[in-house]
Amino acid sequence: MTVARAARTGAVLLAGVLLLTACGSGSSGTSAGGTGKEPITLTVDLFGSFGYKQAGLYEKYEKLNPGITIKETDTEDEADYWKALQTRLAGGGGLADVQGIEVGRISSVVQRQSDKFEDLGAFGAKKLEKDFAEGKWSAATTADGRILGLGTDVGPEALCYRSDLLEKAGLPTDRDELAEKWSTWDGYLDLGRQYKKKAPKGSRWIDSVGSLYSIMTGQEEERYYDSSGELIHTSNPAVKKAWDTAVDAAEDGLSAELDQWSPEWNQAFSSGSFATIPCPSWMLSYIKGQVGEKGAGTWDVAKLPEGAGNWGGSYLSVPKGAKHPKEAFELVKWLTAEEQQAELFTEQGLFPSNLGAIDRVRKYEDPYFSRAPIGEIFGAAAEQAPVQVLGVHDGDIHQQFTNALSEVEKKGTPSMRAWDNAVKGVDNVLG
Amino acid sequence: MTLHATAPPAVRTRAERRARARRRLTPYAYVAPFFALFAAFGLFPLLYTAYVSLYRVELQTPGEMEWRGLDNYTALLGDEFFWTALRNTFTIGVISTVPQLLMALGLAHLLNYRLRARAFYRVAMLLPYATSVAAATLVFAQLFGRDFGLINWVLGLAGIHPVDWQSGTWSSQIAVSTIVIWRWTGYNTLIYLAGMQSVPAELYEAAAIDGASRRQQFLHVTLPGLRPTIVFTVVVSTIGATQLFGEPLLYEGKITGGISHQYQTLGLYMYEQGWGYFHLGRAAAIAWVMFSLIVLLVGVNAALARRRKLQEASR
Repeated sequence: MTVARAARTGAVLLAGVLLLTACGSGSSGTSAGGTGKEPITLTVDLFGSFGYKQAGLYEKYEKLNPGITIKETDTEDEADYWKALQTRLAGGGGLADVQGIEVGRISSVVQRQSDKFEDLGAFGAKKLEKDFAEGKWSAATTADGRILGLGTDVGPEALCYRSDLLEKAGLPTDRDELAEKWSTWDGYLDLGRQYKKKAPKGSRWIDSVGSLYSIMTGQEEERYYDSSGELIHTSNPAVKKAWDTAVDAAEDGLSAELDQWSPEWNQAFSSGSFATIPCPSWMLSYIKGQVGEKGAGTWDVAKLPEGAGNWGGSYLSVPKGAKHPKEAFELVKWLTAEEQQAELFTEQGLFPSNLGAIDRVRKYEDPYFSRAPIGEIFGAAAEQAPVQVLGVHDGDIHQQFTNALSEVEKKGTPSMRAWDNAVKGVDNVLG
Repeated sequence: MTLHATAPPAVRTRAERRARARRRLTPYAYVAPFFALFAAFGLFPLLYTAYVSLYRVELQTPGEMEWRGLDNYTALLGDEFFWTALRNTFTIGVISTVPQLLMALGLAHLLNYRLRARAFYRVAMLLPYATSVAAATLVFAQLFGRDFGLINWVLGLAGIHPVDWQSGTWSSQIAVSTIVIWRWTGYNTLIYLAGMQSVPAELYEAAAIDGASRRQQFLHVTLPGLRPTIVFTVVVSTIGATQLFGEPLLYEGKITGGISHQYQTLGLYMYEQGWGYFHLGRAAAIAWVMFSLIVLLVGVNAALARRRKLQEASR
């Protein structure tokens, strides 16, 4: 008997353990809600700062829809968030009702994981197409017309600059005059060389050549992949041009050699280590956060050289495995609607992808940035920015190039060798 | 085995047999929980990893497995980044382990004297070990900052140019090793201290009577007495160094281990392949190479220790 019991105990234990490990197979519960009578809790899982909580939008929605409670979880770093989301999608459990997706990942979702997300068209999302910027909409739609997410913000780009530093170096500080002088990237570098001659001690022209490279490649329709999904990172002349410009800037000592998002970089916003920085609209609130009130009026915003570009932006999606897909869609629809997107821009600096909202904020000027007409500047950029073709490994490939450019500026690696390193790095990414 | 007695003429009764069987089997029941857990969380993942390493599997599409045989392993042989990671793991391992153990030995020797507030020092020694890797690494990353870091500021006072503790190969590896040294020296110190206290006091007395100085006592009494302890710490540190992961990952927060992979360890390379680029098959292959490497290193260690013991015994 004892033997049998011991064996049974062992078996139970083992089974228990296996059950524990098997907990991944999620509850794809389809609670047939919809009338909104039963109180339900919607979970929202995001990264970085979408600003919904800060702008009080959840509270507003809960008031408008009695019986619905919204719970948000947030991961600061998008890369960590993406890894966790992938693990959950693979296991099928632990998914929220609404998941944020960064624009750099959306093509990976559309091409590889469209079966893991709800088709929002089934809930009536098709009607909304005319409300959104075309490129934003099409990037989240599969070839057979399934809609996998609704657009939140976009990242139209401009150049932010320290007018006080430029003045000290004897350069013009008027945003229109500057935009004229740096209408080309060569003009921008020329101005940088002038700045270097009379710059305040320890101050450089740009934060890093990596950010220069990022912003230039962000202006292109095709970057690392062509529209058929083929890799073109070694043959694309636009990539080479951005690379060469960045190398020039590094070799002429125009860069403060800072890694974006590092503690050093954060401190440099107020210490004045660089005079200009390419800034997507969301960077404005980052600058405010780093510099604080004492910096009001020292920063200004001007148009980007050589046209417009886009950096960043996101989508809200409903994964299969969401407990309340229909209610989740209603929430997503409301959060991405005109009024809410317009409010997020004025409150949090997130530029809308909703066309109605873009019109609403057209007249907005930011007092912190010397009353720059940012509604106008970013609105024009958002309209002109090309719809970039994004591939599955876009973000990782990009990092290989910016890493290699860091080698050029920090270690003096010759351009050719750094380029080889980048290409080798890309091969490693593709595996 | 059958529990039912089929031979009635047996001398022992059924009850006796049962009691015997119980005595014989109870210990197995007691150790079963551990082995059940080990099977589920240790052995199964290990074997499943080996299985996965023979396929091409992507995290995003785990259902589609493509047979590759040993290709994941042969690809590693020609993979420049793999060799870089292996070299980095070795150099960081040496830079972190050797000073760590030497310092721990010295500190343990000091703490072994009668000191005032000895308990305080011993607790203080263990504090870094109790700190989380993340917290320690983030603090050290600030200290090693290029523009505003404390260490470069101190170097500046001494008239030394600021060092880029992130981009340089040696500088970044030294920085990462410093974190490891800081966290583990105290732990090893306490282990040595425990070892030293088990060395019989008579040996020291005898040595002192023979006129041995403190230093000679340390070399000729303490060290030989500590040999098994030293072997243990060397083995544990070797395993730890081979698996080094948290410190290099969090130092700059980059899965590439610096802009030129200059401090990317094997553990970090595995993470980059598996969770950065989602190539689970390749990551599994790296995991198995690491595992084999650790088994090999520990085996060599054990063989050396045994040979030494035999030599001594035959002396």
